[in-house]
Amino acid sequence: MPLTGIQIYKLLPQTNCKDCGYPTCLAFAMKLAAKQAELSACPHVTETSKAQLAESAAPPMRLVTLKGRGAEVKVGNETVLFRHDKTFYNQPGFFMLVKDAESAGEIQAKVAQAEAYKVSYVGKELALDGYAIESVSGSPEAFAAAVQTVRQASKRPLILISRSAAVLAAGLKHLPGECPLLYAAGADNWEALADLAKQHPAALAVTGDSLEALADLTQKIKGRGVEDMVLDLGGEKMGAWLTRATQLRRLALKKNFRPLGYPLIAFPGKGRDAAGETMLAAQAIDKYAGFIVLEHFAPASLYPLLVLRQNIYTDPQKPIQMQPGLYPINDPRPDDPVLVTTNFSITYFSVANEVEGSGNRAWLLVCDSEGMSVLTAWAAGKFDADRIAKIIKETGISEKVTRKRLVLPGHVAVLSGDVEDKLPGWEIRVGPREAVDIPSYMKQALGNPA
Amino acid sequence: MPVEIPVEKWSGAVRKITLGATAAEGGTRRQAVTVGGEKALPFMQFEGEIPCRPVVAVEIKDHRPADWSALLHEAWGDAMDDPAAWAKAAEAAGADLIALSLSPTGLDGQPTTPAAAVSAVKAVLAATGLPLIVYGPDQPELDNELLVAVAEAAQGERLVLGICEDKNYRTIVATAIANGHLVTARSPMDVNLAKQLNILITDMGLPLERILMDPTTGVIGYGIEYGFSVMERLRLAALQGDAMTQLPLIVTPGFEAWKIKEAKVGSGVPAAWGDWKERAVNWESLTALSLIEAGADVIVVRHPESIKRVKNAIDELMEK
Repeated sequence: MPLTGIQIYKLLPQTNCKDCGYPTCLAFAMKLAAKQAELSACPHVTETSKAQLAESAAPPMRLVTLKGRGAEVKVGNETVLFRHDKTFYNQPGFFMLVKDAESAGEIQAKVAQAEAYKVSYVGKELALDGYAIESVSGSPEAFAAAVQTVRQASKRPLILISRSAAVLAAGLKHLPGECPLLYAAGADNWEALADLAKQHPAALAVTGDSLEALADLTQKIKGRGVEDMVLDLGGEKMGAWLTRATQLRRLALKKNFRPLGYPLIAFPGKGRDAAGETMLAAQAIDKYAGFIVLEHFAPASLYPLLVLRQNIYTDPQKPIQMQPGLYPINDPRPDDPVLVTTNFSITYFSVANEVEGSGNRAWLLVCDSEGMSVLTAWAAGKFDADRIAKIIKETGISEKVTRKRLVLPGHVAVLSGDVEDKLPGWEIRVGPREAVDIPSYMKQALGNPA
Repeated sequence: MPVEIPVEKWSGAVRKITLGATAAEGGTRRQAVTVGGEKALPFMQFEGEIPCRPVVAVEIKDHRPADWSALLHEAWGDAMDDPAAWAKAAEAAGADLIALSLSPTGLDGQPTTPAAAVSAVKAVLAATGLPLIVYGPDQPELDNELLVAVAEAAQGERLVLGICEDKNYRTIVATAIANGHLVTARSPMDVNLAKQLNILITDMGLPLERILMDPTTGVIGYGIEYGFSVMERLRLAALQGDAMTQLPLIVTPGFEAWKIKEAKVGSGVPAAWGDWKERAVNWESLTALSLIEAGADVIVVRHPESIKRVKNAIDELMEK
């Protein structure tokens, strides 16, 4: 049975030394109880306590960290089946596949392209996480050369793909101090690969035809001293993959079934074209993958996939907020209107899209409403004349426009008197309640050309 | 090592709802389409029956929509000038259902008349044997005026009339009751508001077997996580036995996806956005797929390539 936070606390040194990164032993104990921390973070715990805590302290799904040269990717450690129950913590890592049968020039070009790929979303830069290098040739030399080529072009973590310990060892030789993922151990080669993973050390992916076979193998591999494992479910059809991924997450989280308490790896491109790969990759983001290896480099797929990953792994308790400030839309001029709204991301997007999509020019002021939508923020006193006056001052918008027209959302028409008092010299207008009506409002009430 | 797979024992199930009526059932559809009936979470066939596959409705308009993306004009070509031809093209592209959205105005700029709406609906019904969803122009008064005329003219067809919202549902529900149709009930991404609207509608006398539930969704990058989680919560509530959530879910990723910049704009965007058409189709189909994984029973899309990709995915998901 898992121990409670208080039970765990009694087994800790109770010195509040903070070496674990938490302010007190009790705080650390609570994190252990919630399976969001690992006991190894405490350097002072006694061997006796360690043994007692071992079963309780490990998260139900292991946290696996791959390390490159400075860059790392963490996956696993998830605690819920549905994001609304709490949140998903560690986004699946996206890895681009290269093959050792490709020439050094081809590999360099592929990696350079993937390395340069980044796309911006709500002020964040989204990018790929690493590379998977597959041995197609079967030659240790060719594999080692491919690993070196990739390593010269990127510092990101790697996944090394071969069933042969000799091939993988040749690649590992060029990755001192790193923690790559070795793919993959099966019934036939697990001993050699486990030894290799332990010695380097590296994480080890495990394949099996069934959940039973996988559970057998992870137990054996753990017995040989490897802790960091990743599971490959096979099952190339979307339904089979979804079913097994769900069963596995339930086993780990609801039954605390340690032999399958590891993150998953998915190869959505296997046997599929770019479109098919993209669909399965989206499913893998929605439902439970830890690592996703992509065969096709297609920006038109990567962009929505990276954004979907960001969305699904957003903490539902902390909605995405826009940075308060001034957002010019369609290169506005000094005589264009100023629209004001709140900094809840969906509110912002609704307004910005309508204005942008209709071709109107406007200065959009995003007011700090602590991430609430217009009506909620108004009701909570987080969107009022003071806050609007504040953002006008902070952004210096008064200096940028010659015609001072401020449009309030229709839902807060009641604020217009207050705002007029706070902002002498501004013409206060009341816009529509819904964003969808903004284009016709701008055309009819503001006389915008578009 | 023996592995005992945890199986959830659900006490509730989603209602089975039939869209469209054949001649034997008082309509003219070649075949009716039944959705819902799930006794487990989406595609978890190992623990409960999933009797009906999610279906793809294709959105068409009563006349060529000037504000739709150039990519959609390119995809549907001349068919867009005639709702009957467009419906046929949609059926040929793999549609399970047709969703006809009436425009607020005709090509002459005047408000759409009930007669024009009826003639578009009749043309579509004549052109295809698929069941039909009819959306009003999303302006309450005009919606009511047009949908009542349509409902009367297509009596017995088991159309789905949309949309009912808390501010405007009475007239649409009344005409659905009087003329043997269904309605779609849209609520703004909130479990309790969805339930409340279903209660208001059933209070008027429309049975639950004739309501589809639209919890509203956002697309990738624009709030999909809210729609996704509300749908998961609604489906969990349904399986746990909450009667007012046990309705099939309908969502409109096509409408949502094709109004965002990523789908609409082909030039002057970052190179990292990639090929315009591929990006737009991905945006629509990945959103649709994610919502299907969260429990959608009917998804409404616009691009023929999305129809194909989403249907392929549904085939794979339904395979045992």
